[in-house]
Amino acid sequence: MTASLNTSPNLDDCDKVYEALINAHNDLSDDESSKLNARLILLLINHIGDEDVIMEAIMAAKTTSKSV
Amino acid sequence: MSFDGIPVYKKKTYKKAPELSRSSTKRRPFVVVGSGPIGLALALFMAKKGHEVLILTAFDFIPAGSKGICYSKEALDIFDQLGIGKRIVDKGVIWNVGKVFWGDSPDPVYQFDMLPVKNQKNPGFVNIQQYYVEDYLVDALEAMENVEIRWGHAVTDLDVSGTYARLNIHTEDGDYELDTDYVLACDGSKSTIRHLMGLDFEGRIFEDSFLIADVKFKQSRPSERWFWFDPPFNRGRTALLHKQPDDIWRLDFQIGWDADREQAIKTENLAPYIKGMLGDGVEYQEDWLSVYTFQCRRMKNFVHGRVIFAGDAAHQVSPFGARGANSGLPDVQNLSWKLDLVLRGDAPKSLLQSYDIERTRGADENILNSSRSTDFITPKSKNSTLFRDAVLELASEYEFARPLVNSGRLSAPTPCYDSPIATMDEEEFPCGPRPGDICPDAPIERDGKAAWLLESLPDGFCLLHIGEQELASDLPVLALPCEGLVAERYGSNMSYLVRPDNIVAARWRNPEPKQIMQAYAKATAQDGA
Ligand SMILES: Cc1cc2nc3c(=O)[nH]c(=O)nc-3n(C[C@H](O)[C@H](O)[C@H](O)COP(=O)(O)OP(=O)(O)OC[C@H]3O[C@@H](n4cnc5c(N)ncnc54)[C@H](O)[C@@H]3O)c2cc1C
Repeated sequence: MTASLNTSPNLDDCDKVYEALINAHNDLSDDESSKLNARLILLLINHIGDEDVIMEAIMAAKTTSKSV
Repeated sequence: MSFDGIPVYKKKTYKKAPELSRSSTKRRPFVVVGSGPIGLALALFMAKKGHEVLILTAFDFIPAGSKGICYSKEALDIFDQLGIGKRIVDKGVIWNVGKVFWGDSPDPVYQFDMLPVKNQKNPGFVNIQQYYVEDYLVDALEAMENVEIRWGHAVTDLDVSGTYARLNIHTEDGDYELDTDYVLACDGSKSTIRHLMGLDFEGRIFEDSFLIADVKFKQSRPSERWFWFDPPFNRGRTALLHKQPDDIWRLDFQIGWDADREQAIKTENLAPYIKGMLGDGVEYQEDWLSVYTFQCRRMKNFVHGRVIFAGDAAHQVSPFGARGANSGLPDVQNLSWKLDLVLRGDAPKSLLQSYDIERTRGADENILNSSRSTDFITPKSKNSTLFRDAVLELASEYEFARPLVNSGRLSAPTPCYDSPIATMDEEEFPCGPRPGDICPDAPIERDGKAAWLLESLPDGFCLLHIGEQELASDLPVLALPCEGLVAERYGSNMSYLVRPDNIVAARWRNPEPKQIMQAYAKATAQDGA
């Protein structure tokens, strides 16, 4: 399989983007936060648009969890 | 009028079996068990091909519950082949548009069209009560001399240990036995025959229940499918509204797994739902009330030697995609031509195996679609609900999220591209149906008159030829000029080998007669493969 999920650093200013992600959750209840994440994931997967990349990302996310 | 709690639409006449007064009986090539839409359609297909048809059915009536109401374009094309398509479309309510609402907003978050390819004879969907469909099928069968329907004859035992099958049949005058080469089991989701053979379903059962209220009222509303997530009149759950003929409307409310089913269908408990959906002032009469739960599962195999399953006896889906009867009908359209050839000795028995492969594949696709819809409608976890609601939220603002809204992916053909009897393409074609696909319809001209492609295809196997050059073949040919929508949908200078169920068996550009005969042999399992 051709690796299609880009797992190398890909952001010019990663600290800034990470900060924006965290700040988006400021003052939100756990519930609201979860909803925000759900909307964000849906927006991003549509933007990515490549089924293989998305499947790989799901697998990568599943298999890097410490608790499993 | 009702029987064992099942409401009766039309009483039929039970007759004593001749076998009860005669000692020896002749063995039949096949017997159809069940007079639901699937058994009746199978019987009619076989009768039209000239076979002696016997139908055994436990009921001595056509039941009144309207059950399946949405019939797809594919089903309508099948009804056309059976000669009752016009009656169904004339009586039915035509609809193509579905709308999805969320919460309190009167504007839909999403809207879809069930007939994306226009200019086909039949509409995307027709709504009609199931009892009309069964009644029309029975009328057509009763008009034929080679058909016998035994109302009130229930199969109670089955012996398949010998070289043929022996059925035990219970009637009010006593039990009798009947021998047959093939048992065509169309005896519904609780199939006696499946149980007698110790066979079961594999798949999922969903823990939810839905209340159906078929009610009669006069209101001018568009003929559209309306679906609500979280409406004010059924908070946190779903609802569905559909139009049927005779001013009857199908209202469907999700009521949850723990709901008290007896209570739910009481007039006083039903009223708030109905008024919530249709307005306080609505005056209505109850026509048919029922609570249903559902499962998405199928038998591992549909062909078990002399016993062949079709329809709900073989597979079940949630009603959200209207994939029940709509998938049983292609089962019997597929099975009937194969069984016909086998009984005539024109094809080996192994042809029936392709029915198993093609239709279990079809059932898988229906189960997949209907399970996905169900997971959207009845999310199984907090996170699943979270994503579902996020989709609905985004859908009101962003176009991308609208197709994700899944209120039921309505029945569509289930092509089988790797069928053992299909001949794969040897070159690339820019357009047109692939081997395994069902033929699209198109307007054509025949003898100077407007006609439709599908209804013009000759019976049995045939060649559909789009091109100027003549095509020589022993098979009947429908030759059409390279123009208009036919050329757009099928390509130019193309020849298609079309099966009796309108599925493409092979296609070429300028085929040799030998290629055609090879593909025909393969399609009828005579290639020794
Ligand atoms: C609420 C609801 C809504 C639905 N909506 C749709 C829809 O919109 N579109 C759609 O396509 N489908 C729909 N369906 C599904 C559809 O109703 C079924 O798929 C369809 O009835 C299946 O037909 P069948 O002939 O396989 O079985 P059935 O209709 O169940 O018929 C079984 C037959 O077998 C006979 N029988 C049973 N046991 C024996 C025995 N031992 N001996 C002899 N005879 C026997 C019975 O008398 C009966 O005639 C819906 C179903 C429900 C419940």
